[in-house]
Amino acid sequence: MSPAVIGRGPVGSTSETPRMDMSTSLGAMHLDAPVLTASGCAASGRELDEYFDITHLGAIVTKSIMLQPRAGRPTPRMAETPSGMLNSIGLQGPGLEAFIETDLAWLEQRGARVIVSIAGGSVEEYVKIAQKLRYVSGIDAIEVNISCPNVEDRGQVFACNSEAASQVIQAVRRHLDPHTPLFAKLSPDVTDITDIAHAVVRAGASGLSVINTALGMVIDVDRMRPALAGVTGGLSGPAIRPIAVRCVWQIRQAMPKIPILGMGGIRTGLDALQFILAGANAVSVGTATFNDPSAPIRVQRELAQALHERGFTSLREAISFAHREYDAPEPLFAETAAAESAVNPEVDEEQGLEVPRIIQVSEVDVLDDRRPVAEVVQIRRDTASQPFDQYKEFAEAKAADERRADVSPEPQ
Amino acid sequence: MPIQLRAEVLDVRKSGAYSVLSLTAAGMTELARPGHFVTVSMGGEESSMLLRRAFAIYQVKSRGVYGGTLEIVVGVEGKGSKWLSERRRHDHLDIVGPLGRPFILPKERVPCVLVAGGYGAAGMFMLAEQLRDRGCRVDVVMGASCESKLFGVLEMKRASSKLIITTEDGSTGERGRVTDVLGSVIDKSEAAVVYACGPMGMLSAVAAIAGEHRAYSQCSVEEAMACGIGVCMTCVLPVIGPDGVTRMVRSCVEGPVFRGDRVRWSDVGTIPADAFGAPVVEES
Ligand SMILES: Cc1cc2nc3c(=O)[nH]c(=O)nc-3n(C[C@H](O)[C@H](O)[C@H](O)COP(=O)(O)OP(=O)(O)OC[C@H]3O[C@@H](n4cnc5c(N)ncnc54)[C@H](O)[C@@H]3O)c2cc1C
Ligand SMILES: Cc1cc2nc3c(=O)[nH]c(=O)nc-3n(C[C@H](O)[C@H](O)[C@H](O)COP(=O)(O)O)c2cc1C
Ligand code: FES
Repeated sequence: MSPAVIGRGPVGSTSETPRMDMSTSLGAMHLDAPVLTASGCAASGRELDEYFDITHLGAIVTKSIMLQPRAGRPTPRMAETPSGMLNSIGLQGPGLEAFIETDLAWLEQRGARVIVSIAGGSVEEYVKIAQKLRYVSGIDAIEVNISCPNVEDRGQVFACNSEAASQVIQAVRRHLDPHTPLFAKLSPDVTDITDIAHAVVRAGASGLSVINTALGMVIDVDRMRPALAGVTGGLSGPAIRPIAVRCVWQIRQAMPKIPILGMGGIRTGLDALQFILAGANAVSVGTATFNDPSAPIRVQRELAQALHERGFTSLREAISFAHREYDAPEPLFAETAAAESAVNPEVDEEQGLEVPRIIQVSEVDVLDDRRPVAEVVQIRRDTASQPFDQYKEFAEAKAADERRADVSPEPQ
Repeated sequence: MPIQLRAEVLDVRKSGAYSVLSLTAAGMTELARPGHFVTVSMGGEESSMLLRRAFAIYQVKSRGVYGGTLEIVVGVEGKGSKWLSERRRHDHLDIVGPLGRPFILPKERVPCVLVAGGYGAAGMFMLAEQLRDRGCRVDVVMGASCESKLFGVLEMKRASSKLIITTEDGSTGERGRVTDVLGSVIDKSEAAVVYACGPMGMLSAVAAIAGEHRAYSQCSVEEAMACGIGVCMTCVLPVIGPDGVTRMVRSCVEGPVFRGDRVRWSDVGTIPADAFGAPVVEES
């Protein structure tokens, strides 16, 4: 497959959208495009296909499926919250058999890439699902939703306990085809998300989906009781975005090579860019789809535009870019500092606070330290829209890392 | 097939407690049938109100300078509907529609009764018109808590064969509820079909009365919806299928119009123990 080149027509009010290499990979799974749906926010893609061509997305992540048909929780199942919503759907679904026969069959025939999300109430249930899916065609990867209560452990959520989470992942890994990428979907409701991340990767996860909803609650003040029939629910939407970006950032810092599918409150291309810069290799758009049925494809288009505006020629260059070594000055500070320092750029550092920090930064050295500082600042701003040559080294090192990470997981 | 478009507000007018918004909707109007709804996004692009609100399609014009317009009726309930009622001419709205399954019209010229509670009347005008075009007698019962909460009384007088009004405070029409008079209206007109739109409690009672009077009923339900397009599973209610099995069914795509005798009204808000996929009760 050739890499997708997104956007040929005009976008918004600006000029032509550039050609941008948007291909990426989630471990061994190569994707032509970096935006996916989020589990539970797109059903199996069929409804959204009426609003845009779902095959133009990186992949469809299907609603978490359980072994048996499931009616879910009573209504009301949702409450709107500031910039978000609470849901307590309770994993309503048709059960694995029907899902394979209808939803998966449709997706395969439609030619979409598919990540199947699975859920269970016990390790045994996850295992049964994995055993069954092993021999089903048309599945590119498995995402394991471990934000489910463990019926065998007083309803403790698997994702909140590294031991329980590892048990599920290890069991699923053992029963899947060893070449099928397996993503563990993490909950933000933990003390240290990197602990869980390390645990599930040790247990055999080839990548991480970050994050699931955060547990929340709304009280209806008219009826003076919980707004949801299920009492508590999962908070999603832009309200949780900073938490999600933080989680992606922390995991990327702790695990430089692990493939990350980032999500949580992505509504625009710039939101998606935050996740990419923080270390996500691809992103999922969830709740925003309820606000705008074409959100996933729009986000993808806007992301291509945003990358171009920042001088990138491919999405891959931008992955983890915010983690690079940098100590560049804040542009605003630079301006005033530059004006002051232009008078005497040679002031002795030890002599006092007059020394403008601008002349100490490495970026100035990279450019040309013989030029007056004011000019250097000017140049720095000009280069802001150019490819980041000075970070080539960073990009190359990262690409090498990725190639290493691309190896299929060893059978366990 | 629903479409998404950027509609321009052509006009906002007050009608009793309601605001009627007239919107450009080229391409959508031809597809609209009685009982369809649209969803509108709230508060602009940066809005903290993330969820779209659903509104029944009131009137459509397929032709004209704007290449198609549609109207919705907005009752101010909370912050979304308040924002919407404050829109002005030339403002733009993101709308998706037509959505849902519309009312099913009878093949023969049978007498019909339409029952509307409050803004539930919005979807009934197109329905009355199309039924009468088919030669059906159309009796309408409209009810609300008070006079200002009735919508479109004069217009409905023209659109129906006969109009009966009820208000709970007796400010106009008969004092009481639509269901107080419904039985006798069905009997008198020998209605074969009852169409209803309004609060759940009203629909439940209408379905029961229609059944007792051997009329077939079609009820348009109003469940809280997050997506309106069938992807999120928030809007479910227990409905008995043709196979006799109760399922938790999405009202946005499989409704909002359901056969009154198929909805398990008293179990709405619960998962009935015999529903498909209901939790198995642990034996101890
Ligand atoms: C199929 C359908 C058709 C509808 N048609 C109309 C119509 O023609 N005219 C009209 O005025 N209203 C209609 N409604 C209700 C409308 O969509 C809004 O829910 C209502 O205006 C309240 O929204 P709000 O933002 O003002 O209230 P808020 O309290 O701010 O709403 C918060 C959330 O709760 C939901 N909610 C609140 N009240 C209701 C309700 N009664 N039913 C469903 N969800 C609710 C809202 O949609 C929103 O997601 C319809 C609803 C549905 C499902
Ligand atoms: C209505 C709804 C249903 C969801 N269902 C699932 C699910 O079945 N499995 C799962 O792993 N995550 C589920 N999620 C979580 C999302 O996939 C996603 O992780 C989360 O909502 C954060 O992203 P967002 O803010 O873009 O929605 C659901 C979210 C919502 C709002
Ligand atoms: S409102 Fe989302 S499925 Fe009906």
